[in-house]
Amino acid sequence: MAAKSNITGMALCLFLVCLVCGGVLGAVYTVTKQPIEDAAAAEALAAISEVLPEGGEISSVQQAGGMEYYTSTSGDEVKAYAVKSTAGGFGGPITIMVGVLPDGSIWNTRVLSHSETPGLGAKCTTDEAFISQWKGYNGSFTVKKDGGDVDAITASTITSRAYAKALAQASALVHSLEGADADAASGASVKKEEE
Amino acid sequence: MAGKNLSLITKGFFKENPTFVLVLGMCPTLATTTSAINGLEMGLATLFVLVLSNIVISLISPVVPDKVHIPAYIVVIATFVTVLQLVMQAYTPGAYKTLGLFIPLIVVNCIILGRAEAFACKHGWWESALDGIGIGLGFTATLTVIGIVREILGSGSVFGWKFISGDGILAFVMAPGAFMVLGYLLVLFNKIAKK
Repeated sequence: MAAKSNITGMALCLFLVCLVCGGVLGAVYTVTKQPIEDAAAAEALAAISEVLPEGGEISSVQQAGGMEYYTSTSGDEVKAYAVKSTAGGFGGPITIMVGVLPDGSIWNTRVLSHSETPGLGAKCTTDEAFISQWKGYNGSFTVKKDGGDVDAITASTITSRAYAKALAQASALVHSLEGADADAASGASVKKEEE
Repeated sequence: MAGKNLSLITKGFFKENPTFVLVLGMCPTLATTTSAINGLEMGLATLFVLVLSNIVISLISPVVPDKVHIPAYIVVIATFVTVLQLVMQAYTPGAYKTLGLFIPLIVVNCIILGRAEAFACKHGWWESALDGIGIGLGFTATLTVIGIVREILGSGSVFGWKFISGDGILAFVMAPGAFMVLGYLLVLFNKIAKK
């Protein structure tokens, strides 16, 4: 078959190239579909079990207040919640998996995705002092610069604010799920109004 | 024959080094070389696409009419990039996460279309494959070197192994450092190559 530069030849050639490429892509997609889902599920599960207390059965995903959350139950009692919470950071949205106990206090946190500046805001995934202060935290969810009690990451106040906001949202969600009394929830809700 | 094959591979490192001599593919070069391992992964991803697209393009080029050769080649390249993306997502989710956006951008990497136009469509599949391996390995080596330099200066580590406590020079992890390192290495390379 010689290369013909008339309309039929060109159309036929492109048609065949696209047909073969489409077939190849379809085949690869079919083969990799399951592993991709497994990898995503394994990653999500790893994040969830990291932010929750050990033991307890992790539920499938549930929706409330526009956020996804999972519960950890032992028997009929809900022991903790893992809430996927997002807040706007410096470089884009920061998505955090937040483990919250039924009283609204934070158990542990893990950043799922962010686009903060490397070396500054991106430290929210590595800065031990910043991360460890959240364990058992149940305060105002406001950084010290704004009059709260959260130690911000040096030179990354906006990232720290977003982090605190995401956690406050998660905590507030758990409060509304638990139907907790207004007093305990006030910290989180006041913070929300300030935004 | 053996000497010719060897020179097809080694030219990618020196005589036709894609980054320092041809100065192609600057977008991934600047963006993904924040650390040695990122540079290495990006280089290997490009190598994969380059070798396969070179082979296929050298095989189909005699039957593709001149007027539509660019669309046909782009479809072939895009197919391999998507295959790579799916496979990485399925089996190396960690690497996929760090390289993220830059995998689909391999489609518009000038090196690949450049080699297709300048080499693969005029040579047999075997030579084109060697050309792809040579240029791809040259690109990988270059990205890794830039990544090593930026990681040492920016984070004080090599391949993730940290040898200083605390932070490095932050600018080198960010875009300005990418330009500086690339510029100085380009000067150095060409000074050595001229001798």
